[in-house]
Amino acid sequence: MGKELNQQERRKERLDRGIKVRTEGLYALLSWREMSYLLLPRMVLILGLLFIPLLLDMYWQRVLCVAGVYALLALSFDFLAEFVGLVCLGGAFFIGSGGYIAGLLNHWMGWSPFLTIPIATVAGAGVSTLVLLPCLRLRGIYFAIISFMFPLLTVYVIIALNIFGGTEGITALATFPNIWVDQYLILGAVILSLFVMRRLVNEDFGLILRSIKDNDQAVKASGISITVYKAKAVFIASLIGCFGGAYLCHLYGWVGISQFTMDFSILPIAATVMGGMGTLVGPVLGALILTPMSEALRGFGQLRVVLYCLILIGFIVYKPEGLMNYLKRKFHQFEHWEEV
Amino acid sequence: MSGEALLRVNQISKSFGGVQAVIDLSLQLGQGDILGVIGPNGSGKTTLVNLITGFVKPNRGEVYFKDKKITGFAPHKIVDLGVTRTFQIMRPYHSLPAFKNLIVPLNSPRIRRTRGGKLGDNDGVAIDILEEIGFERDAYVPYKIASSLPLGYLKRLELARCLALQPEVIICDEIFSGLSMSEIGTMIPLIEKLQMDGISIIMIEHRLRELFRLVNRVIVMNFGSKLAEGSPEAVMAKPEVRGAYLGTEGELC
Repeated sequence: MGKELNQQERRKERLDRGIKVRTEGLYALLSWREMSYLLLPRMVLILGLLFIPLLLDMYWQRVLCVAGVYALLALSFDFLAEFVGLVCLGGAFFIGSGGYIAGLLNHWMGWSPFLTIPIATVAGAGVSTLVLLPCLRLRGIYFAIISFMFPLLTVYVIIALNIFGGTEGITALATFPNIWVDQYLILGAVILSLFVMRRLVNEDFGLILRSIKDNDQAVKASGISITVYKAKAVFIASLIGCFGGAYLCHLYGWVGISQFTMDFSILPIAATVMGGMGTLVGPVLGALILTPMSEALRGFGQLRVVLYCLILIGFIVYKPEGLMNYLKRKFHQFEHWEEV
Repeated sequence: MSGEALLRVNQISKSFGGVQAVIDLSLQLGQGDILGVIGPNGSGKTTLVNLITGFVKPNRGEVYFKDKKITGFAPHKIVDLGVTRTFQIMRPYHSLPAFKNLIVPLNSPRIRRTRGGKLGDNDGVAIDILEEIGFERDAYVPYKIASSLPLGYLKRLELARCLALQPEVIICDEIFSGLSMSEIGTMIPLIEKLQMDGISIIMIEHRLRELFRLVNRVIVMNFGSKLAEGSPEAVMAKPEVRGAYLGTEGELC
């Protein structure tokens, strides 16, 4: 009898421990201190992004808009590379397909940007997913190479067939009413997609994606089609990228083959390396730092690229974990500081 | 005869380049049966598992499950029907806690169907399965990161992944290898329990003594073909089986 009771108690204790482990986040609600530790970094980021346009002049506000597009691309790159295992260099393809669809809809149909952007986001993501679908079997560098080819291929198709305005592009598209709409649209999109992504990778759907990266054989042996899940992940990532493209074409009022430029594929990687792989917020910060930096270095003329590279190499050599991982570590040290 | 077999492999063959990994092998597994497959290293046991579960496509021959031909199906389609496997080399999802590893099978179409499309508390279900399979001794173990688990628990985790799929057939690829005697001692009742629950099991194994406690029928493979089939005692008494394992007398090179 006594043993029976003991066993029951032990089972209860076990369950309690289980509940504690699974609801770690809820414990933060117990004290303001804990809550502020959770909320402070997030609030700094959100409020910082929302207030930064007020401090900038016209020129830098423009730079901020473009930096936002790069931040979206970096986010989608990080999501695909770290959580699905697809190193996708097709950022330019996302931008280009989103941009051209929005541009054409505006040019032919005369629809307003607030209609073309959502349509181009979804349709562009559909196109990107369809194009990448046959390549999803590839892994690692092979997928990277083939996804890198698609923007180049599309550019030459447009030039050779002289469609969609050919090398000239499509000009005189509708732009946004004023610079504040420009900025807050992209900043809102960055914040929204960042937090949606962070949530997504910890949901069951995200866990399955991470499992595919860890061990795709075991996922297959668990009765799940990995192609379907990879396609869904590419769709989500390209939604973000295509939004950036559609936004960019209405920001400039122009869409052309330079929307397929390599910068859109390469800079997100640099931003991700600088910000910290797999943190999601790191690449966003990386892009928000690198893009203005590249502008600030414009005064150096041709030396700009050299300085830019030196800064990147410095990061890779001295802080290979990335900015965000470093800050996170320091923040956690600070958190446990008083207990010692 | 063929009507009552749950899983039927018919004259299956596979070659990799010039190497004949499996040659014209047939086997049958009845409902609730437990079948051992043994053989020296390189005799094609794991290839046989891969052929049955669709990870490798056969050159010739067919696999039937409930008299339905499943040859050439994608692996996840075969799992969807209820034929699951464990892997010899376990690679859990390293970055996740042990119980989160079961979230993947619990989200498979097969389980979604049985639970009526509703997902509910997958974490709770996952921990229940882990308790069932022997994670209960230390309450922290299910919450540990999978890469920090000892080998015995990883093997159990592999089995738990199969169980989470509510399988009809489990093919265990060397589930005892690398375990200590005491760990095997706790695994054996587990497998007996699965068999009593009506799950049909194929066990590929090198640990013959432990295997023979579980199974009443074994297939011996050598160089990809079936050398003998029957009860463990009868099979091990055959001179050709002893020859394959220990070498034949007088056959010096």
